[in-house]
Amino acid sequence: MTEQEVLDRIERARARRPRVREERITLAHGAGGKATQNLIEALFLAAFPDPALAPLEDAATVEVDGARLALTTDSYVVSPLFFPGGCIGDLAVNGTVNDLAVAGARPRYLAAGFILEEGFPVADLTRIAGAMSAAAAAAGVRLVTGDTKVVPRGHGDGCYITTTGVGELDPAVRLGIATARPGDAVLVSGPIGEHGVTVMLARGDLDIAADLVSDTAPLHELTAALLGSGATVRAMRDATRGGVATVLNEVAKAAGVAVVLEEEAVPVRPAVRGAAELLGIDPLYIACEGRLVAVVDGADQERALAALWEHPLGRDAAVVGRVVAEPPGMVLLRTGFGGTRVVDVLVGDPLPRIC
Amino acid sequence: MRFVDEYRDAAKARALAGEIARLSDPSRQYRFMEVCGGHTHTIYQHGLEDYLPENITLVHGPGCPVCVIPMGRVDDAIHIASRPDVILTSFGDMLRVPGGMGSFLDAKAAGADIRMVYSPLDALAIARAEPRRRVVFLAIGFETTAPSTAVTVRRAAEEGVTNFSVFCNHVTIIPGIKAILDSPDLRLDGFIGPGHVSTVIGCRPYEFIPRDYRKPLVVAGFEPLDILQSVYLLLRQLAEGRCEVENQYARVVPWEGNPAALRAVGEVMALRPYFEWRGLGFISHSALRMREEYAAHDAERIFEVPGVRVADPKACQCGEVLKGVLKPWECKVFGTACTPETPIGTCMVSSEGACAAYYHFGRFTRERVRVTEAVR
Repeated sequence: MTEQEVLDRIERARARRPRVREERITLAHGAGGKATQNLIEALFLAAFPDPALAPLEDAATVEVDGARLALTTDSYVVSPLFFPGGCIGDLAVNGTVNDLAVAGARPRYLAAGFILEEGFPVADLTRIAGAMSAAAAAAGVRLVTGDTKVVPRGHGDGCYITTTGVGELDPAVRLGIATARPGDAVLVSGPIGEHGVTVMLARGDLDIAADLVSDTAPLHELTAALLGSGATVRAMRDATRGGVATVLNEVAKAAGVAVVLEEEAVPVRPAVRGAAELLGIDPLYIACEGRLVAVVDGADQERALAALWEHPLGRDAAVVGRVVAEPPGMVLLRTGFGGTRVVDVLVGDPLPRIC
Repeated sequence: MRFVDEYRDAAKARALAGEIARLSDPSRQYRFMEVCGGHTHTIYQHGLEDYLPENITLVHGPGCPVCVIPMGRVDDAIHIASRPDVILTSFGDMLRVPGGMGSFLDAKAAGADIRMVYSPLDALAIARAEPRRRVVFLAIGFETTAPSTAVTVRRAAEEGVTNFSVFCNHVTIIPGIKAILDSPDLRLDGFIGPGHVSTVIGCRPYEFIPRDYRKPLVVAGFEPLDILQSVYLLLRQLAEGRCEVENQYARVVPWEGNPAALRAVGEVMALRPYFEWRGLGFISHSALRMREEYAAHDAERIFEVPGVRVADPKACQCGEVLKGVLKPWECKVFGTACTPETPIGTCMVSSEGACAAYYHFGRFTRERVRVTEAVR
């Protein structure tokens, strides 16, 4: 067989229906990479066949009496609970707000569920609740319902939070990663990887010090600015678990296109680059909690950039790549060194429990 | 970023690629083996092959610590990890390696206490913090990592941390290279020598390669320009009719190596009479065990280790890939039955494994001709 025949055979194997082969859940199932995808597609989609779930967007689009709503939920198990630039409370609000925002919705209401471990300090819970309140106010959402459970000591890790959000969708907005087409531009709203590296370093088991804070922030104003700029926006995502690379692989797969990234164009702060270099991790896979990835019509890229630059969270926004036709389903990177390589979906988790 | 960007400069790479194209004889084929998995990773990560003419092939060698661990040793380690009083620690890559009875991650999901560490000293710290548990560090790697294991064991002995032990799987690079040189299907024109191993062993141990086997070797650094320059140096040796050991990585590798590190290893460990390498079989004097003086910290003596030999899966051709006989994609199960999520062979596990590097980074048709034509 020639190399190309082997590659074609591999692509066919990759396109096959996913299966969960493992007998037990491993950490890889929660890592946001291929094992997570398999679990969702093979187990959950099979159990919950619903046209609103099937596209697997960050938020589902549902209709209630003719009104289009975006609905999303997310659980937070970050360790440590407090880190430079935020805490699990900020994350739990911003993460869910962002899932609504990137769906093109205006975030309105949140619900929060707390799973607390026996012995957890009330002072810490007070700080977390305070952070959630402040984050909700900043994002213009109301936290209107919740639930609390306590598990025996040793059965949880202090505090886990699940938030569910509802947002209003503008009837005119139609977004979807499957709509990306050759010629589109790929933008990111700022330097990538800061949240993941900050949390990793805050855990203290690496003995690396860096002047970094989490990038956790609500993106609703930025997404509104982009949608209001007049640029034709195909899709938006927040680059959380699995990072920018994972988002773009989802785009390439859903739309049947390729994405070509320019390594030198991707904004990465030196501290993140240095830490990633030391740990042998590619910043493209490191989670952000306040960075937008947008696919816009190539003809509108300047307009889109200008809209992002206007907002403090988008000051370092950049065009990092382009959508092309071939090879479909793949993300390629033109390296700073001048070569080309594949940017695949991640296997395993380089930085566990960062959100 | 200083000390990194200057070794990834695209303009310098283009200039070197031009020199390489000029120096190579278009009527012949060149096959250079990069022994070290770290080089394999760099080559794919930066798309370095785009700079090489079609008639230069980089063959990926056996220098990937995870790749050469045989399945029987994985099963032995999982056996130790399955004891309720044990905490098994190792490097992240190792944890996904499949044994005969599943991987460490599977064992962990089934209840074993298995933890990822970045250094053996982290494992020692766990042992200090949890005195009632027995902490075992699953030690893997070539001479690069053996000194840090040795120093940790020495420290554990000095501090009297009696619940810390090492399951020693350290291997030595020279017998591995020699096994490849002695393999009948060898077709190589030279070696890109391992960089980090050489910081410890120096350059002298390679001198038999040009002398006895008439193959040049260039000890190389790990940035893409280092490797490109090493290819250039190998070509220059061939063009000038020279055949010797050269040190491209002199900024890090002293010719004589690191005597202090070698002493530490020699004090704590001794050569095994033989050791099984995945895919390459048993190689004599190719691995290290703990010395009797450190028996109290030797997991192989403390625990009952089944020591069974598990044959590699029939479909797996890791051995041929490790010897450079097959390219990763030429293996029958590459990318279909054997993928990074469900690896059959070790070469698909570690990011330094040739198969994983090719699968993650190289899985598309290259446009090598165009790039090299452009610099000619």
